Amino acid sequence: MKRIVPIGPYHPLQEEPEFFKLIVEGEKVVDLEINIGYNHRGHEFVAQKMTWDQVTFLVERICGICSDSHPYAYVLAVEDAAHVTAPPRAQYIRTIIGELERIHSHYLWVGLAGHFIGYNTVWMWVWRYREPLLDIFELIMGNRNHYAINKVGGARRDILPEHYSKIEKYLDLLEEKNTMFTKAVLDDPVIRARLEGVGILSKEDAVAYGVLGPTARGSGYATDVRKDDPYDAYDKVDWNEIVFDEGDVLAKAKVRLLECSESIKIVRQCLRNMPDGPIETRVDEIPPGEGIGRHEAPRGEVFHYVRSDGSNMPVRHKIRAPSFMNIPSNVVAVRGYSIADAALVLAAVDPCYCCTERTVVLRNGKRELTGKDMLRLSWRKTERLRRRYRR
Amino acid sequence: MKKEYSKEILDEIGAKFPQASVKIHAPRRTYIRVPRDDVYGFAKFLFEEKECRLSIATGIDKRDGMEIIYHFSHDPSGTYYSIKTLVPKDDLKIKSLADFLPAANWIEREIHELLGIDFVGHPNLIPLLTAETWPGDLHPLRRDYADEHKDLKVEKSTEER
Repeated sequence: MKRIVPIGPYHPLQEEPEFFKLIVEGEKVVDLEINIGYNHRGHEFVAQKMTWDQVTFLVERICGICSDSHPYAYVLAVEDAAHVTAPPRAQYIRTIIGELERIHSHYLWVGLAGHFIGYNTVWMWVWRYREPLLDIFELIMGNRNHYAINKVGGARRDILPEHYSKIEKYLDLLEEKNTMFTKAVLDDPVIRARLEGVGILSKEDAVAYGVLGPTARGSGYATDVRKDDPYDAYDKVDWNEIVFDEGDVLAKAKVRLLECSESIKIVRQCLRNMPDGPIETRVDEIPPGEGIGRHEAPRGEVFHYVRSDGSNMPVRHKIRAPSFMNIPSNVVAVRGYSIADAALVLAAVDPCYCCTERTVVLRNGKRELTGKDMLRLSWRKTERLRRRYRR
Repeated sequence: MKKEYSKEILDEIGAKFPQASVKIHAPRRTYIRVPRDDVYGFAKFLFEEKECRLSIATGIDKRDGMEIIYHFSHDPSGTYYSIKTLVPKDDLKIKSLADFLPAANWIEREIHELLGIDFVGHPNLIPLLTAETWPGDLHPLRRDYADEHKDLKVEKSTEER
């Protein structure tokens, strides 16, 4: 018999607005319907009423976690339309901030994933080493989030020489701890049993749904803007693209953890080779035309398209966040797994709804699974596994 | 490192779709204008034969019609192929790509509700972002929307809050 288990309109684990209708047969999920739009803020429309410089600040507020990625993609789009390039020093600065942001965003996910499966130690640990990174952001840009470092034609702030040693010192600490987490998380038999073979997204589905970022790379589909279409300093540094073929939650976790150590490598090289010089080129006007900007955000490719008519405002500004492509793929990834796993699978794409979504009340007389219930189901499963392994 | 820009796709496009006009904006940014009826075949060609991935689609309200741009990304060469087409305002219809490309499903729903373009053959053309009480014939991203509907009030959901 088919039953419907409604989850939402808040994501049970990440406290963000969206609605999942799990269609289940017993414990098994047979289908999924997704409903978004609870927090739609109309950025694309607002951007058409603002000047080119103001839009940078507007798009920075699309997402609170990866607040560097939208303005980054936006300035690349405008620079593409105006045929200007940022001076080398600005390119290096933007790359460094982009990579540091990737580390803090991936750590956020690893910590949350640990919490979801009942490993609160992982959560506390990982977040402990994420914290000093936010202090570094504050040191460089005066803010722990919303850095306002991007500017059409360059960077808004410089990284001062006295900051180099502090960043290096943090990276030394992080490198050691990152290796430790990776080993600790991947060698734990219970975590393996919980994540391995769960929520498999095949490569064919990954291509058809056009998924991006770690979700795609965990399914053996190598797409990374930093390699495919290198911008700023990414083609001047040496690093590896992390790809796994399994497509399960474990593969996605592995991609994220190993990517952090690649990010450390990139930031180190950037700091070592940082050229001197100005940090911005003056852009007087944006000629009529169009431009595309792409940036590899922690969750995948962020895409911005701008069209100019030569005035001081964009005529059209299209924003595509990676979660817009990643979330629909849950429909195939969750099918066939139990409700306890669904919590994890739905969180595995590291969804970010900041990009799309009003409030609604769901009262249809049916059992509603709250976030706490989902967590409890998930924790219970881990506890069962733990007992089995202890024996 | 950086892979070479693929010229052969462009030659094939020229041979297969004589009506397409290609504009190379930057080394890895190509815009191709095609007539409305060719879009479906063209997208199928890029997706199935050239292994391009649908990145997103953009709808623009212009004076002479609605422009739809499907952005395809060819990852091995890092190139963006953006297919542009113009849909006349008195006949807002275009064939949907969602039957062979699940990635087009959400974005076509979004363009349908925000600009009012009818995607023929879409499996589930219901609003994606707007509230369920939002009038279906109001399209908020149209140019004339803001002037015509200044005093619009959307009814609150009848269900208890």
